[in-house]
Amino acid sequence: MAQESGTSRVKRGMAEMLKGGVIMDVVNVEQAKIAEDAGAVAVMALERVPADIRAQGGVARMSDPDMIAAIQAAVSIPVMAKARIGHFVEAQILQSLGVDFIDESEVLTPTDYANHINKWDFTIPFVCGATNLGEALRRINEGAAMIRSKGEAGTGDVSNAMTHMRQIGGEIRRLTSMREDELYVAAKEMQAPFDLVKEVAANGKLPVVLFTAGGIATPADAALMMQMGADGVFIGSGIFKSGDPKRRAEACVKATTAFTDAKVIADASRGLGEAMVGINVADLPAPHRLSERGW
Amino acid sequence: MQVGVLALQGDFREHLNALAQCGVQGIEVRTPAELEKIDALIIPGGESTTIVSLAKTFEVFEPIKKRIAAGMPTYGSCAGMIMLADHIVAAKDGQETFGGIDITVRRNAFGRQVDSFECDISAPAISGSPIHAIFIRAPWVEKVGKNVEVLASYEGAGGASHPVAVRQGHLLATAFHPEITDDYSVHRYFLDKVCL
Repeated sequence: MAQESGTSRVKRGMAEMLKGGVIMDVVNVEQAKIAEDAGAVAVMALERVPADIRAQGGVARMSDPDMIAAIQAAVSIPVMAKARIGHFVEAQILQSLGVDFIDESEVLTPTDYANHINKWDFTIPFVCGATNLGEALRRINEGAAMIRSKGEAGTGDVSNAMTHMRQIGGEIRRLTSMREDELYVAAKEMQAPFDLVKEVAANGKLPVVLFTAGGIATPADAALMMQMGADGVFIGSGIFKSGDPKRRAEACVKATTAFTDAKVIADASRGLGEAMVGINVADLPAPHRLSERGW
Repeated sequence: MQVGVLALQGDFREHLNALAQCGVQGIEVRTPAELEKIDALIIPGGESTTIVSLAKTFEVFEPIKKRIAAGMPTYGSCAGMIMLADHIVAAKDGQETFGGIDITVRRNAFGRQVDSFECDISAPAISGSPIHAIFIRAPWVEKVGKNVEVLASYEGAGGASHPVAVRQGHLLATAFHPEITDDYSVHRYFLDKVCL
């Protein structure tokens, strides 16, 4: 075949290469370098980490291109950036800047309360959040090359990420036990395209890489999500809102690789200083829960 | 012969699957003890900076370097090619490699993800028919030492040609990812011709 870029295989392949790794939110060049030195597989360049977006309120948008370009120039690992849900012009801008992956993210203020971005229109891959299998398959149907559980970003409370991983995993396991004639109803009920439902039922996994995000703050949280079946983790506020970001970043990278080895995780957990303070998800008033954004 | 896949980060499961498709049961390698069990190694695609850092953390960096120098058959794809190169450019400051192949490799040579692509590539020593090659933020070989055999090159627009599959004795490297396709000819070549 002739040379082709932006194919499904090239986009999904990019996500495959990030597996077993930690993707870290960074707000400046200095943090990006700490993340790269600590062994992050990629950085997410954004102006405010989710914890600050929560604290400061207001409309959260795509980051300043200057800030993204400065981080691209400073590190050799992939650089991701966030666009608002449905804001395809922000995504066009991010693609023109040459970011390696776009996160169509509920952490930013949504732009379109009915539609997500048509991700097939783009050459670069997208990652989208999901709280259940139907949502994950709708995003994949729109062209997402990677799915992440949403969790509840900026809280340091990993309970929602756990709920979403259990939900997605449970629904996948349920599909694998169904007869083909039952999959039609399953597809209808989860509001997902039948072909994708059938593919998941046959393979017992999503057709794209599944990461976890939202509230991960410790090496133990990262290892927990890996044991729950995540292919890798996003850590947003958890690293640079903690007492010793460098050590915590290294520790989370280590725990993500050796996620079944309690001794290694224990060692990684020693003397990390203060974790981010955190907010209990249950104390968040419903309108401030980010994981409910996305349709 | 026991083949291992370095399982610190990246698409090591795809390499294990490719081995299985060739009838070989590989094992995951993360520790010095696991390294001792194997006779040949595959270094997967992933992020080379992360793989170096984790190899040091898990104390396999020096042992792998020694085994490679002592003749352990090793294949690296993409990040694995970077890890097997004696010299790298466009690297992170001070980035180390296992080395072994006398080449200079340029990291992210084709550009960022927006420039990643797939195409067919001819590698007569590996396969009679073209190999379907997937290049993801891929490196290429910029300089080749005299004992290095070039198995495939990428012919770019404007006539520029860059080696993307090379072999030096017991070491094999590709800039592309055969493990995420269903063409296992590179793995078969490694098992049948390189692992002697």
